[in-house]
Amino acid sequence: MSDTFTTVDPTPTDWRDPAMQKRIQRRYAAERRFRLIGLGAVLLSAGFLAFLLVSMAMNGLNGFRQTELRLDVDLRQSNIALTAAQLAGPNAEQALAEVDFEGIVRRTADTQYGARGARLFSPAGRLVLRNAVKADPSLLTRPATLWLPAESGIDQAAKGHGNADANARYRPLDEAGRARIGFNSTLLTGADATDPTAVGIWGAFKGSLLTMIITLLIAFPVGVLSAVYLEEYAPRNRWTDMIEVSINNLAAVPSIIFGLLGLAVFLQVMHLPRSAPIVGGLTLALMTMPVIVIAGRNAIKSVPPSIRDAALGIGASRIQVVFHHVIPLALPGILTGTIIGMARALGETAPLLVIGMRAFIASPPGGLGEPATALPVQIFLWSDEVSRGFVEKTSAAIIVLLVFLLAMNGLAIYLRNRFEKNW
Amino acid sequence: MIAPKMTARNVSVFYGPNKAIDDVSIDVSREHVTAFIGPSGCGKSTFLRTLNRMNDTIPSARFEGRIALDGEDIYAPTMDVVQLRARVGMVFQKPNPFPKSIYENVAYGPRIHGLAADRAEMDTIVERSLKRAGLWDEVKERLEESGTALSGGQQQRLCIARAIAVDPEVILMDEPCSALDPIATAKIEELIHELRGRYAIVIVTHNMQQAARVSQKTAFFHLGTLIEYGETTDIFTNPRETRTKDYITGRYG
Repeated sequence: MSDTFTTVDPTPTDWRDPAMQKRIQRRYAAERRFRLIGLGAVLLSAGFLAFLLVSMAMNGLNGFRQTELRLDVDLRQSNIALTAAQLAGPNAEQALAEVDFEGIVRRTADTQYGARGARLFSPAGRLVLRNAVKADPSLLTRPATLWLPAESGIDQAAKGHGNADANARYRPLDEAGRARIGFNSTLLTGADATDPTAVGIWGAFKGSLLTMIITLLIAFPVGVLSAVYLEEYAPRNRWTDMIEVSINNLAAVPSIIFGLLGLAVFLQVMHLPRSAPIVGGLTLALMTMPVIVIAGRNAIKSVPPSIRDAALGIGASRIQVVFHHVIPLALPGILTGTIIGMARALGETAPLLVIGMRAFIASPPGGLGEPATALPVQIFLWSDEVSRGFVEKTSAAIIVLLVFLLAMNGLAIYLRNRFEKNW
Repeated sequence: MIAPKMTARNVSVFYGPNKAIDDVSIDVSREHVTAFIGPSGCGKSTFLRTLNRMNDTIPSARFEGRIALDGEDIYAPTMDVVQLRARVGMVFQKPNPFPKSIYENVAYGPRIHGLAADRAEMDTIVERSLKRAGLWDEVKERLEESGTALSGGQQQRLCIARAIAVDPEVILMDEPCSALDPIATAKIEELIHELRGRYAIVIVTHNMQQAARVSQKTAFFHLGTLIEYGETTDIFTNPRETRTKDYITGRYG
């Protein structure tokens, strides 16, 4: 050993040697280059995100606005049987349903806007009138000025996207002061419709909400308990290895396959109602569970073993160790996994198409077993429509979906931070 | 001669195919502090962990032999492991308080074993345990603060208080001072002196001076076997075995 040392040239390293300087400069240059590439990558993705948000906002914000036309209504002349007392009573909905609001709008519009005046108004006009009467029964006994939504062509003309014919029809209305652009309340309260001025996303939103609740209720407990069992109780052997591989594979299975599984199991075998949030929720839960299991196992694995030792060492049972110490400490990580899984489920379209949630649903679902659609499916359906009015409605629905997603993630991050304070 | 608190007979422990402890027999008495010394990897910590069955948590570990607590076989199928670990408490090498308040750290054990009927009784247990661990005066004003915010030495005394709170009969200490500075170490050693007699104490240490200072009985382990066991003064001044002598004079280890 010592012989080899003596054969080494004893010249000391020359740190000022030009070759050495050059080497150092090359290293610095490589570092600068790497930083620039990294910065470029971040800027590129930020640019795409900004483009997405700006184009959504520019198209979508118009969807929240609606051109309205002035209509002077006097319900006393319409001979309707409805009274203020009925509206205050328990059967108000039924009484309202019996009134022909559509006819009232049509006749009033024809008198005030000429022979084809009714065609200027959106089919949603009757709903606006109905809701106005419901909110203010005094309309039954006095004349009033209402602003009702205009039909799609007029609406687009007012927003500057109209064709020649619509522009020609819109201009005199605008000049006479009989048109204005207001907030589109139908969008937030209505469901799907054939006319773009009458559509709303409340139906799809409620469908998504119900679906997500089912998904969370099934996937979260099952996922967390599986993760706890696999990490804390299961013996390490070939079977658990196989289960681990299966779960990892399950997380990567294309979502359409889960849709077919849901179709085969929940609809064909269990005969649950078609197009219903309960089936959508169960199907998406199948898809979300592996994600929660994987994140949960990693979070549980990262709880220091010394905490388990400490609890076991004073005589805590296994289940007390898990529920008093391991799960509270792993919860932030588990919640992160749950957020990722739920966000993916919220944006999922393909499996819902397969189990029939792509139907045309004109009223919001009343319960878990009633036909419903979901936000991403609604976006998919509207994006297929040719009418210009649906373009902005599609973008508006995307904005609502993104806001829903942000709210969900915000809530989860808030919860995560709350639990992290204990550490 | 009082009957020993714990007796181990022909204890062997295997990790998979490897034998970590080979045929060790030893008695632990109530009135003494017993120290286990030996070079790294000699099995002293493994043996300590057989005394409250903490090795059960390692899937590959296998136990042979017999260990009794007050004559009762602790590896018998009728023995309740949860209760055993309350009776034979443990303090670990690295201070490991729960990430909860100081109060909750101490109260956790009594709570899961149902030792306090109400809040007032729990307060008494917490105060008594912290006093016995010599930590009360330092933390009595801030019991609601996190246990992890204390200094290393305070954390270790909190862990001792946590072990004391369930009123154990034996306290096992696995190198309790190896992560502490000399001042904190001195406090822990002082504490061991005060706790002696009330609890049977077994301490694993690789610091021979510490073994000499705190213990009355010393066992020297080497390569999984018990080489020599006797009065601490005899082991350090007049060892019977040459391997013991070589170790305590610093020839190896």
